[in-house]
Amino acid sequence: MKKAFPFVWRYLAVVVISCLLTFVISQSKAGAVEAANANVALPAAIGVDGARHLLNRTGFSATPEEINAFAALSRADAADRLLKAATITAITAPPGWVNEPPPSPAAVQAKSPEERRALQRLYGEQALELREWWFREMMTTPSPLTEKMTLFWHNHFATSQQKVKFTPLLYQQNVLLRRNALGNFGTLLREIAHDPAMLIYLDGANSRKEQPNENFAREVMELFTLGEGHYSEKDIKEAARAFTGWSVDRESGKFMFRRGIHDYGVKTVFNKTGNFEGNEIIDLLLAKPETAEFITRKLSTEFVSPNPDETEVKRVAAIFKDSGYNIAKLMRTLLTSDAFYAPANRAALIKSPVEFVVGTLKTFEIQTPNLNLRTFVIASALLGQNVFTPPNVKGWPGGEVWINSATLLGRKQLLDRLFSNEDRMEVVMRNIDEMAMRNGEPPPVGREARMQRQLQRQMGTLNWNLDKWATQYQQAHGANTREDLTRVVLAIAPQSAITVSENPADWVRQLVADPAYQLK
Amino acid sequence: MNRRNFCQLGLLGAGVPLIGNLNGVSWAAAPIAVTNPVTAYRNLLILVELKGANDGLNTVIPYADPLYAQLRPKLAIARDQVLTLSEREGLHPSLQPLMPLWQNKELAVIQGIGYPNPNLSHFRSIEIWDTASKSDEYLGAGWLARVFAEAPAPSQFAADGVVVGSSDMGPLSGAQVRTIALADTRQFLQQARLAKPDGDQRNAALKHILGVESEIVHAAAKLNTNYLFKTEFPKTAFGNQIRTASQLVASKAGMATIRLTLGGFDTHAGQLGTQAALLKQLAEGLAALKESLTELNRWDSTTIMTYAEFGRRPKENQSGGTDHGTANAHFVMGGKVKGGLYGQAPQLDRLDGNGNLSFAVDFRSLYASVIEQWWGGDSGKILGGKFATLDLLKA
Repeated sequence: MKKAFPFVWRYLAVVVISCLLTFVISQSKAGAVEAANANVALPAAIGVDGARHLLNRTGFSATPEEINAFAALSRADAADRLLKAATITAITAPPGWVNEPPPSPAAVQAKSPEERRALQRLYGEQALELREWWFREMMTTPSPLTEKMTLFWHNHFATSQQKVKFTPLLYQQNVLLRRNALGNFGTLLREIAHDPAMLIYLDGANSRKEQPNENFAREVMELFTLGEGHYSEKDIKEAARAFTGWSVDRESGKFMFRRGIHDYGVKTVFNKTGNFEGNEIIDLLLAKPETAEFITRKLSTEFVSPNPDETEVKRVAAIFKDSGYNIAKLMRTLLTSDAFYAPANRAALIKSPVEFVVGTLKTFEIQTPNLNLRTFVIASALLGQNVFTPPNVKGWPGGEVWINSATLLGRKQLLDRLFSNEDRMEVVMRNIDEMAMRNGEPPPVGREARMQRQLQRQMGTLNWNLDKWATQYQQAHGANTREDLTRVVLAIAPQSAITVSENPADWVRQLVADPAYQLK
Repeated sequence: MNRRNFCQLGLLGAGVPLIGNLNGVSWAAAPIAVTNPVTAYRNLLILVELKGANDGLNTVIPYADPLYAQLRPKLAIARDQVLTLSEREGLHPSLQPLMPLWQNKELAVIQGIGYPNPNLSHFRSIEIWDTASKSDEYLGAGWLARVFAEAPAPSQFAADGVVVGSSDMGPLSGAQVRTIALADTRQFLQQARLAKPDGDQRNAALKHILGVESEIVHAAAKLNTNYLFKTEFPKTAFGNQIRTASQLVASKAGMATIRLTLGGFDTHAGQLGTQAALLKQLAEGLAALKESLTELNRWDSTTIMTYAEFGRRPKENQSGGTDHGTANAHFVMGGKVKGGLYGQAPQLDRLDGNGNLSFAVDFRSLYASVIEQWWGGDSGKILGGKFATLDLLKA
């Protein structure tokens, strides 16, 4: 015991001294940081305009209350607040059929042509229900950023119900995308490569060693990771062999590895040789520097600027790669960057049809619990973005391509219908049908015309009135109504002169008719 | 400035052959313009994109080549079903509605169209076709957009080009071209009153939107769609596009090109039924278009041309489909077209390392033929080099 005491004492002394030392060192560090901060002052608050910009880019629109809540935050705090609120599951209950197994191949075989057509119609109806579900989630989620990211990944890993047909698989893919939307890109890529909807969409499900289907192997390189020009035709052929056997179980609709059709042979991809299977090809793709740059460039184009600066892309991509492909980290870097807040990049992006439609519903609080979202799902489709049915594996090209004479007029027409007091559209549609009959022609046939009719019918049931909304808004905001409204509705000052009117509803009608309303 | 000059020239030049030199591009009179004294763009070009890449080998079928059936045990079209064009090739049975054009010698069938170092990606390859670039060259504007940037259609035209039923502008994509996209002419006119073309241009996105607004206002003032056709248009999506295109041609204002799109040709699996249905839609639509253009007395001043990003691989895959290929067959038709077979029949015994066909006719030769023979322009400047023209059109 006697000997033990000095030992313990000595031990304690060492601990105390080292603690003291640590304390002193950290004190001096803190002092240095404070000294530095004293020169640059505290991180500046993003302000009302900054908050509006951030919330509109990362969400579907923002109320004045939300904007005010963010205005006092620094860039870092604002980004952290958004990322902290991110979720990995939807709050809206999905339709009841989403987990149903597919009908057995034998059962489908036994169906008459008429019954098969009925089945296709059922899947088409389910796809509409699924779109309504997603729109409702976009409108009600506590984390609009999560939905924006899910939509981004849906566009990146574009998969269409038109080819997959069995709609529950599209729901399951959407769940996968949301779960990983701000997670790890490597995990997301691996999961999507095993996803049944993707396996059907890019023909992996039927790819066999005797004749590997190259579709997935090509797109995983061209569109999902590297971008064009960073692989050879030979790489695609060899990689396609490695993915053979990744298939879908026809009974359960789940992923299934089919040993019998997998190519176990030696492959050479990117000058590396081995008995590669699919996961190892994905590892090779993740090891290449082009992948982080490709994803960073695409996210920058979506969130920051139509023409991201290449030096900045490389900077952010390096952070992304070093983080082991942490998407939240990448987004935090983008959303705190100078480029994101640069004046030249404000209002520099064109709203996608989904952003335009859902944003309009949110801005003007057209969201009763019974609101029939099918109307707006169809509107978005007519404007060029039918979710779960991208035009091809490249997804929607976006940007200026969203706006051409047909889609711009479509957008204006939708606003006109929402914000005019009488249902002018009905008159227009009646005129068209009458004109058709006078000309001895049938009324317009085909998908587009059917959608137009459906839209027209449903619009009539909308129980919302701009005048009422505007009056309430005025009561809540008093003297600043006009300035506040402009700021809420437009990302930049209006292009056309706005006629001053006592009625705030007139003001809104002019603001949404302005070309600036198409920008975010 | 360029645009204005050309417009004035177009107006002043009516009645005399159009030979001018604008910014280094010489625009000789189109053969048609000499006998029919209107501007070169009275000659209309209608493009039909077969989106997703139509399988040329089952469209123009080399039925006499034993390798054809060998490469396609499931997909080969039986010889007795093929619509005979020659002792070696014939058309897919769904193309029956085009046979009267063939017999009239108004249908040119061009085989072996492609380009060097083919790219097998849909997006990249259609970009190459749309911009008429080399395989490793990236050009911003579409080839037609470049034609109209050099020599715009006269201002009394509703637009340089109209894209029907598609939201991508393809060969008409570019900043210096007046393009209108619409699904239906009547609907377009009803909606156009909502356009607001005024305002300043603070950024590129806004500039684009304002540009589109002013195109709408211009076109709406020009389009008149009250024509009553005797032609019966097929009740299909493509039939609707054909009807819209016919209404556009019927309007007095006019346009130099119309682009239509028929999609769904990416037949990696289950090709037989899908392609048969699509080719039927195509042929019925084009036959109706011939009828409506004849009704309008425009058949002789219209050339119709199909195109796609690439052809499909000769050997069928295990899913009853075909994968991305290279050289392809396409159609050119119209009242002034010299019907017959052009190009080179597929060399099925000489496939490349990917199992794909070699090409014989560069796709830019088709464009050069249109620019020179149809519009009397200088193709060299537009296409960045000289491409041999095909002798496709009657003087």
